[in-house]
Amino acid sequence: MNTNFEIPVRNDGETATVYASDYLNKITGEKIERECRRQIDGGCKTLVVNFKDTEIVNSIGVSILLGVIDAASSAGTQIIFSDVSEDTNQLFEMLGLTNHVEIAV
Amino acid sequence: MPENQQKLIHAFSALADLGQEVADKNNFQDMIRTSLHLLLGSLAIMRGGIAKYSRFGHELNFLAARGLGDDFPLSAAIDISDEQEFLNAGMSEIEISQAKMLVFFQRYQRILERKNIEIIMPLIVRDELVGIVFLGEKASGKPFTAEDRDIIRAMSRHIGVGIHQRNLMVELERRADENRKLYDAMRLTYSDTVRAFANAIDSKDKYTEGHSVRVGKYSEIIAQELGWTDEEIEGVAVAGYLHDVGKLTVEKSIINAPYRINAKESAELNKHPAVGYQILMPIHHPYTDVPLAAKYHHERLDGRGYPDGLTDSEIPYIAKIVALADSFDAMTTDRPYKRRRQAFEVVEDLRRNAGTQFAPEIVTAFCGGMLNELTGKDKRKRFRRLLGREYMETEGLVPILKQALNGMNATSPLTFVATY
Repeated sequence: MNTNFEIPVRNDGETATVYASDYLNKITGEKIERECRRQIDGGCKTLVVNFKDTEIVNSIGVSILLGVIDAASSAGTQIIFSDVSEDTNQLFEMLGLTNHVEIAV
Repeated sequence: MPENQQKLIHAFSALADLGQEVADKNNFQDMIRTSLHLLLGSLAIMRGGIAKYSRFGHELNFLAARGLGDDFPLSAAIDISDEQEFLNAGMSEIEISQAKMLVFFQRYQRILERKNIEIIMPLIVRDELVGIVFLGEKASGKPFTAEDRDIIRAMSRHIGVGIHQRNLMVELERRADENRKLYDAMRLTYSDTVRAFANAIDSKDKYTEGHSVRVGKYSEIIAQELGWTDEEIEGVAVAGYLHDVGKLTVEKSIINAPYRINAKESAELNKHPAVGYQILMPIHHPYTDVPLAAKYHHERLDGRGYPDGLTDSEIPYIAKIVALADSFDAMTTDRPYKRRRQAFEVVEDLRRNAGTQFAPEIVTAFCGGMLNELTGKDKRKRFRRLLGREYMETEGLVPILKQALNGMNATSPLTFVATY
């Protein structure tokens, strides 16, 4: 299992963008959650999780995203899921994640 | 696709992944963490944890938790009455509202309510409580449906089996470890007994004090040089320690005679290999061939030995090793009628008798070990400790050893190519 991958991140002060890619769907995806928490703890006002390279989101991915949502909600950080595919969007809606995040398709 | 169908596909895919995860026994911690992700993610449950139950300590220890915060206890005490309640519930979820009669709930009520724990799921495998899953609210804010509960039960069953398997594995390892320790203790007792016997044998002969122990050590060196396993080396050492056990029945006056004994006395003394065999045979040794080494350590390859006059291939290999170790010690220690011989003379004797008295490959192994120690190739001081530094460092011993090793190939009928 590759645990040495780098999480792509773009930070322009108040907004941080973390790219989920396909690592989200494995236990290694906890690294993405840690990166999101690091950006939240770093004081970003808006956290964007970008799904442009994420084909599908499985249960592990959902659980990791719930962790990100929880952390953002505790810190009062706005959270946006961007470049979400139609299928993933449907999944987020069905599971109620859209109650907590803004979706930018 | 209808929402309900999509939801089922998502949950079933999590269930399939979980089944695979539980089957993978490589990393228990990763398995539990992944299982929790799969369970929470299948229904988008905001928080939860998996705890393992210890029947002996009556406590829960959390193996994985998400969203429960740092103030959530990592372990929690469970009353016996609670354990019974959980067992009664079987693999059925307990709503937090129904859990209020549990001592456990009363004890942790505040934290459970603060963390929005909605469901407590006992993990029961073979009528045994192995753990508990705690689940918080769904991200949708909606209550858990009957289908949700079915999914939670199915996934929890997998997690329970995973924990149960791990418990079995740990118990198995514990028992194996216990057996190993018991075996080691028995081996130590056996080894102490063997040494005590060796000392008893040697104490009968005031001139050859320590002979059996040294023969055991030389036999050990030979087996090491031959590349035998640790167990085989131990076995051959034991054979060396006990090779003269039959002497316990020989008159002390014969053993200690300060002169060359006569034919009658010699016949009496020569009974000791067969007597030794009879003594050792009924004992269940952890190593085979120990009695055979006692019986045949005076046999020779050319058939001129005793008690049975066996020839080369008829002589058990272990007896060939002990025979060389025995002769070497006899030649390198003072006897009542004979002074110890010089090291180079002894080596020359071994070389000359390789193929007739001694097995050439055993002579090669023995001399090779000695040469390696003298040339510093082998840092262990196995020979120096037994023979003394001065005796070992006699001038000219190294060339004699090299010559013996090189000559082995040419002179011996049983060839063994030496590579020194």
